[in-house]
Amino acid sequence: MENMGVVFALLGAVFSALFAGIGSSIGVGLAGRAASGAVTEDSSLFSKVLILQLLPGTQGIYGLLIAFITLTQIGIMGGSADISMYKGLLYFAACLPMAVVGLISAILQAKCSVSAIALVTKHPDQFGKAMIFPAMVETYAILALLVSILSVFGIANVPV
Amino acid sequence: MTSSYVDKSYVYAVVRVRYAELKLLNASVLSQLATAGSMEEALKILRDRGWGNGGSEDPESILQAEREKLWSFIDEIVADRSIFDVFKLPNDYNNLKAALKESVMKFDYPGIYISESTVDPELIAASIKERDYKALPESMQEVAEQAHSLFLKTGDGQICDIMVDRACLDEILKAGKATKDDFLKMYAEIKVASTDIKIAVRAALTGKGRDFLDMALAECETLDKAALIDAAAIGVEAISSYLGSTAYADAVPMLKESPAAFECWCDNLITQRMKPQLYESFGLGPISAYILARENEIKSVRIILSGKQNGFSNEMIAERVRDSYV
Repeated sequence: MENMGVVFALLGAVFSALFAGIGSSIGVGLAGRAASGAVTEDSSLFSKVLILQLLPGTQGIYGLLIAFITLTQIGIMGGSADISMYKGLLYFAACLPMAVVGLISAILQAKCSVSAIALVTKHPDQFGKAMIFPAMVETYAILALLVSILSVFGIANVPV
Repeated sequence: MTSSYVDKSYVYAVVRVRYAELKLLNASVLSQLATAGSMEEALKILRDRGWGNGGSEDPESILQAEREKLWSFIDEIVADRSIFDVFKLPNDYNNLKAALKESVMKFDYPGIYISESTVDPELIAASIKERDYKALPESMQEVAEQAHSLFLKTGDGQICDIMVDRACLDEILKAGKATKDDFLKMYAEIKVASTDIKIAVRAALTGKGRDFLDMALAECETLDKAALIDAAAIGVEAISSYLGSTAYADAVPMLKESPAAFECWCDNLITQRMKPQLYESFGLGPISAYILARENEIKSVRIILSGKQNGFSNEMIAERVRDSYV
């Protein structure tokens, strides 16, 4: 039981990379199919739809970042990995915002990106406006990233 | 969760449809066509917009080329074309009627088969000729056998047509429900209900009895078949009065005007119901709506061209032109 702390902490890091990554891969895949449809009809749309396709990919990067910071903090990447179970659970909880919000927001952002790609296909001059809609979803992924980062860094100072 | 987001979204197809919608004829182009000075002038407008195969084809070839372009585009964007069988079923059953007539009358009528169908017209013709009904799709076997033997026994082509048309309506409704797509279900329902209304009106005008109506009318959700039969047995006024209490109340003035006006109203109703699909990015709805929009567009162009050919006034032609989807 005394080694369970590092297990929970590692589980948090894995969840963060795993779920945010799953969300992003679904999202980028979905938007990619829409982008392929747009480029099939008009190849000059490539650069515009590529940006819209990549928007749901950021959650996966955020998830990886949280996983990386957590692994560094708990000593898996070097140093001592000796942490209490309570601390391990705290790390696990700290990773959850990025894991859950990353998964859901990537999929929802992709749906928004698909609609934006359809919009750009019909009205290429509206690209600027079309990009804002999926970008709004990014706000919540960034908020989750902030909470996870602040929590992971803050846990080191918690006396448990 | 994954499958609902990824497998059934049709995003690639919907985006391609969005681009294709840019080439649809809008209300102003349709009005320009309707007010063109002659059929040649209307054909020039169509050719300038890419209609036909680039040559100087006759109107019928241009319309046929457009229909072929539509289905080859759908083939390209949707892997399983059978999803849209609901739109092609009437062609299958028209081909069945043609095969029955050809077989019983012992005449060859070139060009009576419609190629955009779910069942190969040659297969239908051959199976009717050889009375090999098992070669037909299961849903067609029974009606083909019954209609064929009745046609041979009585020589009454009309009864045979009615049996086949009824089977077609039942099949459209079944196919619409089977797709589990709200838009296709709605389309199938309106198609069957509007055909029921047309049959009821025609039967009332020609004094057909209840047995005929019972055989010809299909069951659907938005109409009460028994009530429609009761009304049709009384007359057109009774049908109008019954429809006043249904979802088709707005159709009553059109029904009183002419069958063509009612048909136009039905097509416009579907166009109106499919407009929200312009803002949908997922699912079969936008693709189905595009197919219907193209079919309606081809129908409108046919009306315009034949109106021009037969010297109808621009106003008369404009009245018959369907509403544009875009």
